[in-house]
Amino acid sequence: MTSAEVSAPWWASEGFWRKCAIFVTAFMALVLIILTFHTLVVIEAGGESGRVPAYSVINHRIGFEFDSDRNHAVPTIGPLVPLFGEVLSEEDAKALVNHGKLTVQARNCMNCHTILGNGAYYAPDLTKAWLDPGWGNEQARELLMTMFLTDPVANKRTFGTNRTMPNPKLTEDEVRGVIAYLKWMSAIDTNGFPNGFTPLPQDGPILEPEEVVQ
Amino acid sequence: MKLGAINYSELTDAQRLAVKYFVVAMALFLAQMLFGVLSAIQFVLPDFLFGVLDFNVNRMVHINAMVVWMLYGFTGSIFWLIEDESGVPLVGQKIANITFWVLTAAVAVVVVVFLFVQSGPGEQMTLWLINEGREYIEAPRWADIGIVLCMLAIFYNVCGTFLKGKWSGISGVLVLDLVALAGLYLAGMFYTTNLPMDQYWWWWVIHLWVEATWEVLVGCIMAWGLIATLGANRRIVTTWLYIEVALMFGSGILGLGHHYFWIGTPEYWLGVGGFFSALEPVPLVAMVVHAIYDAGRHSFRSNNHPALAWLIAHAFGNFLGAGVWGFMQTLPQINLYTHGTQWASSHGHLAFFGAYVTIIVAFIYLAVQKLRGDVWMSSRLPYNGFLWKGSLLLTHVGMIGMTIALLIAGYEQAFVERAQGGSTWAAYFAGQTQPWFIQAMWWRLVFGVLMTVGVVMLLWDFLSIGAGETRTKLDVRRDTAPAIEEDSGVGATETQSA
Ligand code: HEC
Ligand code: HEM
Ligand code: HEM
Ligand SMILES: [Fe+2]
Repeated sequence: MTSAEVSAPWWASEGFWRKCAIFVTAFMALVLIILTFHTLVVIEAGGESGRVPAYSVINHRIGFEFDSDRNHAVPTIGPLVPLFGEVLSEEDAKALVNHGKLTVQARNCMNCHTILGNGAYYAPDLTKAWLDPGWGNEQARELLMTMFLTDPVANKRTFGTNRTMPNPKLTEDEVRGVIAYLKWMSAIDTNGFPNGFTPLPQDGPILEPEEVVQ
Repeated sequence: MKLGAINYSELTDAQRLAVKYFVVAMALFLAQMLFGVLSAIQFVLPDFLFGVLDFNVNRMVHINAMVVWMLYGFTGSIFWLIEDESGVPLVGQKIANITFWVLTAAVAVVVVVFLFVQSGPGEQMTLWLINEGREYIEAPRWADIGIVLCMLAIFYNVCGTFLKGKWSGISGVLVLDLVALAGLYLAGMFYTTNLPMDQYWWWWVIHLWVEATWEVLVGCIMAWGLIATLGANRRIVTTWLYIEVALMFGSGILGLGHHYFWIGTPEYWLGVGGFFSALEPVPLVAMVVHAIYDAGRHSFRSNNHPALAWLIAHAFGNFLGAGVWGFMQTLPQINLYTHGTQWASSHGHLAFFGAYVTIIVAFIYLAVQKLRGDVWMSSRLPYNGFLWKGSLLLTHVGMIGMTIALLIAGYEQAFVERAQGGSTWAAYFAGQTQPWFIQAMWWRLVFGVLMTVGVVMLLWDFLSIGAGETRTKLDVRRDTAPAIEEDSGVGATETQSA
């Protein structure tokens, strides 16, 4: 027996801190699990909270506008402006977005780019790539994005850095999937991130619901 | 037994296995440095290896080599201490050896595929065979499953050995922590279209590893290290470990919320994440106090100077890299601008280095000492200990230089790209083309190369320190006896059932 053992007051004793460690860990884990159950419901795609949109949101014009109640910009879902001129069912939209996400993972885009701010810092954040002013305007965007993703070397901008995106050699379907994924992503409610982002002008033709051929 | 020669016969079987883990860990550490330098070159000379080894490939190898070698380092450390700590031989030596070779073969295959196949078509098959495309845990699904099986085998050995032998407070914490660490990996092994859902679980792996379970794991290793290098009192060390666990899990588990500000998750995470992550530096301060208290109490006299130096580097590095650099960007009001900038890279480098590189290096120095037959590794080494001191200096100068360069780049990027430019494509490049940013990227490269030289010296030192030494480590104990004798000393046997 060492002297420390005999004289340690309760607040410095091993037993007390062992109990503390167990209790604190269990309590925090419990709170995290409860919050997780709640969060998972809230972030369901197309869920009631509207934070993560349904995949068929790609049939609509997406905006990013200041909301004075929340004091930051939030995504807005506008009139029908279907991607590649084609209105998709929720199921087809999901399949297309899914193909895009698989492609982004399979081609390892996140080790150059950030997505929702997570990833690598070698290339621009893609959270709002769909709305980037670099695409000019709504009418030019789909064509320019398709051209860029099909051949980023020939269509490079690089702003004098020569930091070029290598050609990911996407198939035509993969390009469409990636663009759908980026469009859907731009409609996620990110609590105002990226702050101060101003989308490209979107005043092209819209589709009236009764014009949609099923 | 010849002092100063490499002598495996002095080691237990588990310790011989630990040496294998350390060797692979250090090879991967060197690989990490090389691929870090390649990525850094591409920042300033983007044509370098363009289309051959693109930035994303180099970066992926850089960070995956890091994660894997650190896990190897931890596993090695655990195997190194387990028989001393439990008092019995490893229960499944054969399984442990097989596990090592299977795991190492899997790692080798994954690296080869990363380098030569790189990516695949946008289908599930690619995620299963080539690359999962999620930062830090890119390893394809087949490898994930293999890793989990190997972790189960390792866990069987660790848990089984303690069950057969005796428990101590440290081993109790260690075993429970390993369960959590391995379990968390499962959260990273699935695919979903829903991006916020994907990132929600991805952060469980990344954050709850580095800011909770890994921290506690190194707390256990540190506790044992203090007993071994300084002869610190086991009861006090164990009590400190419990305090650290309470503080670390108390802040770190809900601190997870600092990654849930902007990924589509509900707004309450702004408050929960901001508050609890702001408390995360507290346990790190406690660890500094603890380490310095113990070192001071023993007048910094130790029978292994390099190990003690790296343990102290760990205490400060953990506090600065994780605690201070993390805290700087953890409040949502600030993180809105710093999120996803070089700022995170600055913090990521200093934190991983300060918290994890340092402690594994310290541990390997302990192992090397034993491997050479418990030689003298204190003051008055040949050439005045040039290699260990030189590598300590160069790795630290390199790392601190990189961290500062990246912090300057991060400030500039947060200001120009995020605050002024609104984070568009053009704003991104407006940030990247500022002179300060460009200079910072050059400095990062320069300091990165310095650090790589430091790492080469370090590995050389591991291979050579103590060679031809004729004094034993006990010689130092003799001339510092009074301060040490009152405590229980190396390999203290004071244990209790937990
Ligand atoms: C090796 C690094 C690298 C990889 C991998 C990479 N990119 Fe890029 N990407 C860049 C760079 C650099 C730019 C800026 C190019 C320019 O300005 O010409 C860029 C630009 C872009 C842009 C336009 C920028 C914007 O803000 O809208 C998009 C969209 C894009 N990449 C998507 C992708 C997708 C999708 C993938 C994966 C299939 C990918 N990138 C993989 C480096 C990369
Ligand atoms: C040893 C412990 C730690 C390690 C190894 C570590 C490592 C990292 C790494 C690598 C990242 C970047 C992740 C990415 O690639 O996107 C990161 C992000 C972050 N870390 Fe840590 N960290 C540690 C502790 C802490 C602590 C204690 C805090 C807070 C007090 C903290 C706050 C943050 C924040 C806020 C981010 C997000 C950055 C962003 O928004 O882009 N970290 N950490
Ligand atoms: C030779 C020295 C090193 C160099 C030149 C180097 C370079 C780099 C580069 C260029 C990146 C990519 C950053 C980006 O996406 O913009 C990176 C990322 C990273 N490196 Fe290093 N690195 C070095 C050493 C280290 C060390 C010692 C560690 C940790 C132990 C480390 C950990 C990381 C981590 C965690 C990331 C991901 C950062 C993040 O996403 O926030 N690196 N490194
Ligand atoms: Fe974190």
